[in-house]
Amino acid sequence: MNVYDVLQTIIPTAIFFAAPLIFTALGGVFSERSGVVNIGLEGLMIIGAFIGVVFNLTFADQLGPLTPWLALVAAIVVGALFSLLHAVASVTFRADQVVSGVAINFLALGLSLFLVKKMYGKGQTDQIQVGFDKIDVPVLSDIPVIGPLLFSNAYAPSYIAILLAFVSWYVIYKTPFGLRLRAVGEHPMAADTMGINVAQMRYIAVMISGALGGLGGAVYATIISRDFSHATISGHGFMALAAMIFGKWHPMGAMGAALFFGLAQSLSIVGQTIPFLENVPTVYLLIAPYVLTILALAGFIGRAEAPKAAGTPYVKGKR
Amino acid sequence: MRSNRLQQFLIPLLAVLLGMIAGSVVMLASGYNPVAGFGSLIYGAFGDAYYIGETIRQTTPYILTGLAVAFAFRTGLFNIGVEGQLIVGWLAAVWVGVSFDLPKIIHLPLAILAAALAGALWGLLPGVLKAYVKVHEVIITIMMNYIALHVTNAIIRSVLSDEGFKSDPVKESASLQSEFLESITYHSTMHYGILIAIAAAFVMWFLLERTTKGFELRAVGFNQHASQYAGMNVRANIILAMVISGAFAGVAGAMEGLGTFGNISTKAGFTGLGFDGIAVALIGGNNAFGILLSALLFGALKVGSLEMPSGAGVPTELVDIIIALIIFFVASSYMIRWLLSRWQKGAE
Repeated sequence: MNVYDVLQTIIPTAIFFAAPLIFTALGGVFSERSGVVNIGLEGLMIIGAFIGVVFNLTFADQLGPLTPWLALVAAIVVGALFSLLHAVASVTFRADQVVSGVAINFLALGLSLFLVKKMYGKGQTDQIQVGFDKIDVPVLSDIPVIGPLLFSNAYAPSYIAILLAFVSWYVIYKTPFGLRLRAVGEHPMAADTMGINVAQMRYIAVMISGALGGLGGAVYATIISRDFSHATISGHGFMALAAMIFGKWHPMGAMGAALFFGLAQSLSIVGQTIPFLENVPTVYLLIAPYVLTILALAGFIGRAEAPKAAGTPYVKGKR
Repeated sequence: MRSNRLQQFLIPLLAVLLGMIAGSVVMLASGYNPVAGFGSLIYGAFGDAYYIGETIRQTTPYILTGLAVAFAFRTGLFNIGVEGQLIVGWLAAVWVGVSFDLPKIIHLPLAILAAALAGALWGLLPGVLKAYVKVHEVIITIMMNYIALHVTNAIIRSVLSDEGFKSDPVKESASLQSEFLESITYHSTMHYGILIAIAAAFVMWFLLERTTKGFELRAVGFNQHASQYAGMNVRANIILAMVISGAFAGVAGAMEGLGTFGNISTKAGFTGLGFDGIAVALIGGNNAFGILLSALLFGALKVGSLEMPSGAGVPTELVDIIIALIIFFVASSYMIRWLLSRWQKGAE
């Protein structure tokens, strides 16, 4: 096995595993930039995965090849609606955002498993039959060396995820909406004084995180697990959270970290087949994302600074 | 002041009530009979001696994880890493339990102590990072949970078994299992751990309410700057609080390792005991006596739910929905307080 073969095994798998993390981490960026901590990303992914699989199983016969795409849309909508609970609790009712996020995670798992048992009479769904086809990106896949590595034989949502990171960067840093979003997350009182509706901005941001978390979960379920059970999403939401922190609350950073975590995940799976990695115990690769996040936060990999107002409810008129 | 006391008591009660009502709505909406559902839940928790034994067995770790979360809360920290601390405690207890041959009077305390120590160590890093680098403990403890899960699995495979999925059972001299307790509860898995859990609740109450150190810990949690000004070592207190919280969680793991299961097996995911501990602490108002009651509530909910599929056709996951909603309602206690003040005004 030469280096190029190794890369050809690792890189597409890394992108494949990274896509759900990228979507979800971007969702986290929006929410936390507005000042709402979102520990509930895991739960939002669970809901998205559940909706994605159930929609797919229910409508595959009628909708044919459109099914997986429409399933993603359904997951986006339901994810956004589900995240409203977090928004209502943490923005309107001034709940502790961490506790509310924990409740989101619990509720998502309980509710989706309850409904799976109710609908299918067993703990997990069947495998979905209609997934995404692997595609080659036109033109780009013809580039020698890089083309086959990065742009061939992969799933469309992976490319959408990477594209979305650029879009998010543009939205957060180059548009009036993004400026307001960041203002609300850094200094809500100043933003309020300037006539920005803090509660409204935070609601929107949390719902964007719900939509993207749901999308991430659905992409994971449609492409990677292909069914839904209690273990379908196990820690991916927290890994996305880690990617967001590791990426310093910046869309591009979050994408980079998600790609890196995707690499770690792919290595823990394909590692056994790669010559110089076969003797590394998988456990090191499994814990890598979490250890790196701790190192990042401890300041070993550059200081990671959270939005100033993240975690605190905004009470009008209170200094 | 009086109405504050009353509210402290009313909010968790209302949250539980609202959770149950919401659970009934979910049951109705999905075509189940809530009366039959809750009926079989109560039967499954307290129906006969066996069920009572199982409920008490389930309550045991809940008391300890609830104490762990509450201890951190009371000292101004949010320990979401109880789950990880519990897992390493479980591993340490079983490790000591299988690898030594000692008289019971030494072996059993040693195994429990090892669990406490392991949990404490797992709480040390988040404590140190919080104290010295001001990193929020929530994120670090979440990451520590996953590290605990994967590392423990690897150790079970490589050290405690021969590439297997389960350790050997712990030696009799380190076991909490009790033929007596099992016999009076029709062979439930109830074990002596409940005594340790109750003792731990007393320890926490005594430590926080009756000692100078406890006062310091609470003071630092209440207002770091004032405590600093009063000459307390804020950093040391933050670290100590996290370490003690982790020790409680570690002992919770020992309950599972030495009592309920008597071994440790590799896990595909978390036990949930640590996360449920957050709910137990919140409902118990973060005080030791309240936690004994709320742990019993959660133990009963979890064990009773096992009876729901056969008794009323309701999936057991309904209870997880109820627990999640209870957490929501407690977290949003602002809403409940607002409602209460509305009612009080209306009554006047």
